[in-house]
Formats: sequence, structure tokens, C-alpha cells
Amino acid sequence: MSKQVTITIDGKQVTVPEGTLIADAAKMAGIDIPVFCHHPKLEPVGMCRMCLVEVGRPMLDRATGQVVMENGLPKIQFMPKLETACTNRVSDGMVVMTTTDKAVDGQKGTVEFLLTSHPLDCPVCDKGGECPLQNLTMAFGPGQSRFNYDEKNHLEKMVPLGELISLDRERCIQCARCIRFQDEVAGEAVLGFDERGRNTQIITLSDPGFDSVFSGNTTDICPVGALTTADFRFGARPWELDAEASICTQCPVGCNTTLNTRREAKAGGDVVIKRVMPRQNEEVNEIWLCDKGRFAYHYTESKKRLVKPLVRKDEKLARASWDAATKFAAENFSKAKKDMVILASGRLANEDLFNLKSLADTAGGTAILYSDMGGGDVTAMVGVGQGTNIGKMGKGDAILVVASDLYEEAPIWWLRVKQAADRGATLIVANPCQTKLDKFAKFVIRYAYGDEVKTINDLSKKSKISDEFAKAKNAIVFYGNEGLGLNGSSVLASACGELLKETEHIGKPNNGLVGVWQRVNEQGAWEVGFRPEPDLEKALKGKSVYIVGADPVGDSPALAKALKGAKFVAVQDILETATTEIADVVFPAQAYTEREGTFTSGERRVQRFYAAVPVKGDARPDFAITSQIARQMGIILEGTSVSVVFDILVNSVESFNELTYERLAETHGQWPIVGRGDLYYGGTTYENTQGLGVQLGSLAETGKTVHIPKVRKEAALRPKEKELLAVPVNKLYDRGVTINPAQLLNQRVGEATVTLHPDTAENLGVEAGARVKISFDGISGEVVVKIDDTISTGVALVPRSMGIAIREPVVARVLSRVEGKVK
Amino acid sequence: MGVFDPIIELSKGLGEVLRSFLFEPTVTVQYPEEKRTVRPRFRGRHVLKRYDNGLEKCIGCSLCAAACPADAIFVEASENTDEKRFSPGQRYASTYEINMLRCIYCGFCEDACPTEAIVLGDNYELSFTDRRDAIYTKDSLLESVPSGDMLTPRKVDVGVFVRSVPEMKDPTD
Repeated sequence: MSKQVTITIDGKQVTVPEGTLIADAAKMAGIDIPVFCHHPKLEPVGMCRMCLVEVGRPMLDRATGQVVMENGLPKIQFMPKLETACTNRVSDGMVVMTTTDKAVDGQKGTVEFLLTSHPLDCPVCDKGGECPLQNLTMAFGPGQSRFNYDEKNHLEKMVPLGELISLDRERCIQCARCIRFQDEVAGEAVLGFDERGRNTQIITLSDPGFDSVFSGNTTDICPVGALTTADFRFGARPWELDAEASICTQCPVGCNTTLNTRREAKAGGDVVIKRVMPRQNEEVNEIWLCDKGRFAYHYTESKKRLVKPLVRKDEKLARASWDAATKFAAENFSKAKKDMVILASGRLANEDLFNLKSLADTAGGTAILYSDMGGGDVTAMVGVGQGTNIGKMGKGDAILVVASDLYEEAPIWWLRVKQAADRGATLIVANPCQTKLDKFAKFVIRYAYGDEVKTINDLSKKSKISDEFAKAKNAIVFYGNEGLGLNGSSVLASACGELLKETEHIGKPNNGLVGVWQRVNEQGAWEVGFRPEPDLEKALKGKSVYIVGADPVGDSPALAKALKGAKFVAVQDILETATTEIADVVFPAQAYTEREGTFTSGERRVQRFYAAVPVKGDARPDFAITSQIARQMGIILEGTSVSVVFDILVNSVESFNELTYERLAETHGQWPIVGRGDLYYGGTTYENTQGLGVQLGSLAETGKTVHIPKVRKEAALRPKEKELLAVPVNKLYDRGVTINPAQLLNQRVGEATVTLHPDTAENLGVEAGARVKISFDGISGEVVVKIDDTISTGVALVPRSMGIAIREPVVARVLSRVEGKVK
Repeated sequence: MGVFDPIIELSKGLGEVLRSFLFEPTVTVQYPEEKRTVRPRFRGRHVLKRYDNGLEKCIGCSLCAAACPADAIFVEASENTDEKRFSPGQRYASTYEINMLRCIYCGFCEDACPTEAIVLGDNYELSFTDRRDAIYTKDSLLESVPSGDMLTPRKVDVGVFVRSVPEMKDPTD
């Protein structure tokens, strides 16, 4: 632990670690020093001069270096002028005065100057009501200005920095919080200052504008209404909004969010989600949220929501009562007996998956996880230990990211891993193509597609990289399914597990394996006993299938064919999909915004989400629908209270040992302090009062011997001449059902692409931007060529969920030119 | 008490009636045919005002709703464009509703309004046959325009109406 120093602020003694800034030390003591540019997550700059205070330090005798004493107390020497509390670090015996006439005079002067050119926009400003400039003006502002208003500086209003964020140049007070956030935290310097003096302006340096997936966070930390989101534009005034805690469902990070809701006339008087805000959890998302999490919530309010149970009658789906629909499904499942197959995805809550698994077990059917990624059994054994916090990793620690582009798959993990590397952690990135994380990595390992397991096994042999990994105090491995299918990722998980076991990086906090899953709760699905099936087509053919929260028909023509050959198909989802169209019976489920439940994140943290908006139509929660079907089959499953289902889950799943809803809702004080309407402004991130969640213990922590499962690797594919190895890659903004309804994000989705090495492209006679046809396994589609010289030759990278059904590496047969070069 | 006393008393009373009937001015107003003018500071039903150019003064800031102690006002804002402009600046009220059953005519909304858009008028004739009729929408609250070409929304020249709140030239104003 670092050295502690004791200082006196406004007569109050505070003991804080050495190196703490005066402004932060005061906050720890419960004293608010007003700030604009200072943010505890950013480096100090001292740009706004709002935090001027009187600072005195003990006087030292020049000759002896001893503290000069006066009346038995150290003599304090005050500086003749005011100092900024946000740039001065504490020193022993320091005396700070924040409320003297001199200090307050300085603070008042700063506000008066800021207001000389701030427009009177408060009534129309989206920040109005949660704006620190308003608060500080109330506290320190002059009742009357000495300034002539004709001289106000008029600048452009509502300049779109990108599709998502607009800038009001008049409102900006040049605190540079947004620029510093992009530079220091996000590591993407896409904003900057232009011009000088009174004309200083924020500009975007990237094309397309504000090209960062963390852009929404700048609107949170902006201390005025200069940066606002296009999504919430004039949506409501902050004081009119209700707030309900939730969990982001877009990726396995499990960011804590707050859903702001309000009744809306445009939506016919319904209560709707107005905006999604981050909720502080220093061990998960700190105070940040990526743009996908912030803006992609619209699917829960899509017009395609299912609202009534549907039963197929005379080839058409017709509305039916819940009783009739569940009875129809139950009859078919009872008939099917062992031929009942439950296919569920990681979009569901733990309770839903548990009820489904119980139904499958009791009725004698099989439960299959709908996923292209394996290894959840390995993460359950050697997953990161309880108390893991990437935010605490730094010098002497190591992080290995393999076969995953965290920026595209789990942006907040990317952000935190990058920051750990900034603090001195050894970052090793092993990926077959270039990723945005490479820039921050100490070691970059580039391997050919298919060689990921060999790469991991090589880290057990002696080398500079393996030495550093083995010797690290703590080590975390992130593995994904970039360029891999189910088999490839399962083998990779086992190899990573072995590596961690060998180097003894298991069973401790900040040590272990993390799966970068495709969906929010895939880890939870593994925990309750769901497993993916290598040959899904065979598993579905001729069976009675119960599909929950998945769209296999829309994803893959092969699966669509298999399902057409199924005996009976029941689909339970929140939205109309291609799969609901072929179903015999459709059950409308409630979205996560309409009900309670829990998710298990990739770091195996179980977190609660709460109901925020009223239920759409006759939709019911997934666990209740399952219970109702089960009841009709003569099986009793809890179906009324989600917390009772959780209790039963805890009693039957070992890793959920002794968890309760109450424990998940516990919180403790977090630093920095944000989300309060005080003068020390940390951003509009919500304070966490609804629960920080609890991390599950891994098998390695129980002290039991860990046997990493061995998975047989499928033979490598060998493309013949004129053939390519097509591999799936992940994109953040894809055409998945949860993104499509968000109109703002759609602009960033782009076209389906295929990425080739320049030599491969030359062999095929295509150029960048050309439109080509790719075909494999009877699937073909038009894609636009992208060139990347960091990948190996002979491969074609095809993004998942972009219109081309690719689930695992395949041999793509031909690439023929469709038409000339496209702009 | 004498025999004539009641008669005397009665004629006194009738005399008073006769006197006021003959010599005092009439105070009864023949409502609704006849209406009394209200006092200058009377607080009646709200009116949403317009500028002289016909644009709506209301910018949808919702401060009236925030000030309202009876929670009678509901405002929802949307974005103006020069193609379809309702009010000066970027923001206008796309929904503006006052529940007259809730309103206590305190006038706080008037005080809170930064553009003097909402004014408590002199209309006191509020009667409803249905509770839903008590909710006055923007259409019924908005002042009528002096001429047909001043209707909102309307197309305006680009870059003229950029400010929501009229600029204050003199700080002492």
C-alpha cells in the first residue's frame, strides 16, 4: 500500500494516499470543490480554473530542512495566489481552504468569465437539469453580469460530429474532457482543438466523424450541453425521467445500465425507454458504456414485437389463447418423448435457461445451446477468480487475448484491457489479423487461420513471451471465436485452460480464462447445463423442436432446411423472425426491459436486471411460458416468481452456491463518486444503488483437481486450387435482430464484406471495392471486397450476421466477378 | 307587540326592495347572453401565444410542467427544421396538454415560461361532459393566427430563426 499523508481541508483532517489530488482528497472527506475540467478518471490539466483554493504547506527551515514550529504547531506558509485543487497533489501537513473569501472570489470570477459567452439555451438544452454549469452558476454565479451581452461570441449550433453525437460550439467551455477521454481512456484520438483563444473549438479528426464506439461517454462527462446524443435529442427533460436498473444485453461484458423511461405521446401514451445510461460498477464497466449498448435498445420496442400466442391453422398462423397454444405444444412434446429438442440461445436469463433445462431433463429430451462457440465448461473450471477486477491489473500482470477482436466483440473489455496495458500490464495479442488492440500490446503474435491451438501450446515452450506470461503475478486469457467455429473454439478453450493451469494462473482473483461469447448469457447457459451441438442439422431433423430466443432459419439456410424436416416447431421469442414464420406455434416472450431476472457475464458475474417498462401485449416471461408448457405435460416447474426459480436454480447448480437475490442487490461505496448532483462533477453516469452482482467461484477455487476436457480437433480444411478458406469474423455493428431496429446505428453497419490478402485478390483478379460473389455449402451471396495485407493468403474473412450464413471455417468455392468496381 | 307591528316590519322590508329596485343600479349580469369583463390580473384558461410573425412562442422546454404544483401539464418536444418550422430555434412542443380538472390556476407556469408563451387568459367558461374533454391539447390552447399565411408549421428561410429564447440586448432589461 502506498504511503498515506494527512492534510487539513477546511479544518477537517483527512488521510489519503500520497499523490492524491487535492480535489479528490476533499471529495473523500465529503467536501465538494467545484470543478469543470477535472475528472477523476482523467489526467489533470487545470484548464478551467474553477477549483481555485488557498493552499498552505508547512514552512521548512532552509538550513536544516526541518519544519518550522510556531506555538508548538507547524508554521503554515500560504501561497500568495490561489492554486488549482485539481492539479496539486497532497503533501504531508498541507492545509487547504476552500471557502475563504479569497477562494470563493476566485471561483466566482471563473464562473462569471465562463458565462460571458455561454448562450441562454438552458430551456432547450438536453443537459439542462443535470448540468454542472447550471449548478455552479447557482452556487457561485454573479447575480448580475458586468458584461455587455452584445459581445457574446456566436458560433455554430448543433454541428454533427458523427451520426450519433452533435456539438453545440457556443455551449462548449473548452474543458477538453471529451478530447482527453478519447485520448487517454479510449485510446482513439478522434477529437481535437482547432483555432485559438476565444475561437477555440472542438473538431473531429476522423473520417467518418467521431469514429469511435465509445463516443456516447463524452456526452456523459461533458459538463455542459455541448455534446449531446442524436438519439435522446429533445427526448425529455432529465427530471421527468424514471430510472430503472438493468444490464446491457449486447455482449458478454454485462455492463450495468440504467434505463430512463417516460410516457410518450408519440408512442400512443405508452411508457417507453428514452435513453440508456451507464450505471457505475467499477469491477465491470466502471462508468462507461459503448455506443452499441447505449443506442441499440430500440429492438425491444420494435413494431415486430410478438404480442399474442399464435397457432398454425390451415397453413396460417392465427391468434390463439395461451391455454390453447401451450396445450398444443405440450401435446406434441409429450408425443415426441426423447425426440424433444430444446434449442435456446444465450439471450435468455439464467432462470429461463434453468427452467428449459429442467424441462428437457424431466421430459427426457435434449437441451442444446444455440452458439458457434464452445469452452464454457473450461471457463467454469478455470474462469477468473472471485474478486477479479481488470481495472486493478497493471505492472507485473499479463493479459493474453487470443482469437478475439475485443473492440468488435466486447468494447468495454477492450477499453479495460487497453487501460491495464497503459498501467504497465503485459498485453499479448494473438490474432490472425490486425486488431485495434495491437497498438497497445507488448507482444503481437500473428498466426495463420487454424494455427491458434499451436500458438497457445507454443506459449508453454520457452520463449520471451511465454516467460513473461508465466512469471506474471496475475494473468487473464480472453479467448473468442474469431475465425473459428464451435470445434475450433472448444479446442482453443482447452488449450488456454491447460496453459493457465500449467503456469498456475488459476483459482485466484485476476487470474483465469474468460470467454468472449457471442451473446450476453452464454456463460450462464453453460452453468445451468446447456451445451452446443456440433451437428445441429442432424440434431434437429425429424425432431419436435422448442426454439427459444434464437433465429436459426434467418441465420442459416442449412438450419432452415433441417427445421423444415422437423416434426414440430415451437418458437418462443420477442420479435417476429424468419423462424417464427415456419413455426407451428409461436409464444410471445417479454423483453428483458419488461421483467426481472439475472444474467451471468463472461467474467461469471451474476447480475440482476429489473422491469422498466410495461409488458407489450400478452407477452409472458420465458421461464413462465416454459413452466406453463411443462404443466400441460404433467411436469411441475415454478412459473410465477422469478426469484423462486432462482432459489431452485441455486439449490441445483453447484457454482451458484448460496446466492440469493438479496446478495446480488448489495452495493458498497465506489470510487470515484459519480452520478450525484453535486459540484464535484463526475458525469451523468448513474450511481449504483441496485446491486453490483456477485462473481461465481470457479472449480479451481474450491481446491478440487481440475481436469481440462480434451476436445478432438477436426481435420484442417484444405482448399483446392481456385478455392479459399472462408472464416467467420465478428463485427460490432452487424445485421443481427437486436441492432437492425436502431436506425442511428444502421448508418454504421455498412455492407457485407469479404476481406482478402492483396495477393489473393490479385490471383482472383479483383480489387478493393469490387462486388463479388462468394459461395460455399450451397449458400451464395454478394459481398464487397476489402483488402488487408495483415492476413494470410488464401483466406477470405466473412463477417458473421451480415447476410452471409457462416458459422465456422468453410471452403468457399469460387469468387467470380459480378460487376465492375463500385464506388 | 302590537297587532300592526308585523305589517309595519313587512312594509319596511318591501320598501327596501322597492327602493333598491327603483334607485340602485342593477348588478345582475344576464349570463350567458351578457358577460362581465374580468380584472386585468384574472387567471383563466391558458393560451399559448404566438409571435407577431405567427411562429409559436412555446419551445417545448417543459419548465411549466416542472413548475406546476398540480402536475396538470404534459409537454413533449421535437425538433424544428427550416422546412417545417413551428417555433424559433431547434425545439418545439409537439405535444402540449393541460388537464383543466387538475389545474389550480396558480399561474406558476406563466412565471416559469422563458418565452412568455403560456399566459393565463380571461376564459373561465370551462365545463365538460366527459373527463377526457378536460384535457386541452395544443390545438385548443394555441392562439389563432391573424392571417392564413402565418400558420405553423411553415417553410422559412434557412438560418433566420436559430435562437429559441429571444436575445436579451441589455443585461439590466
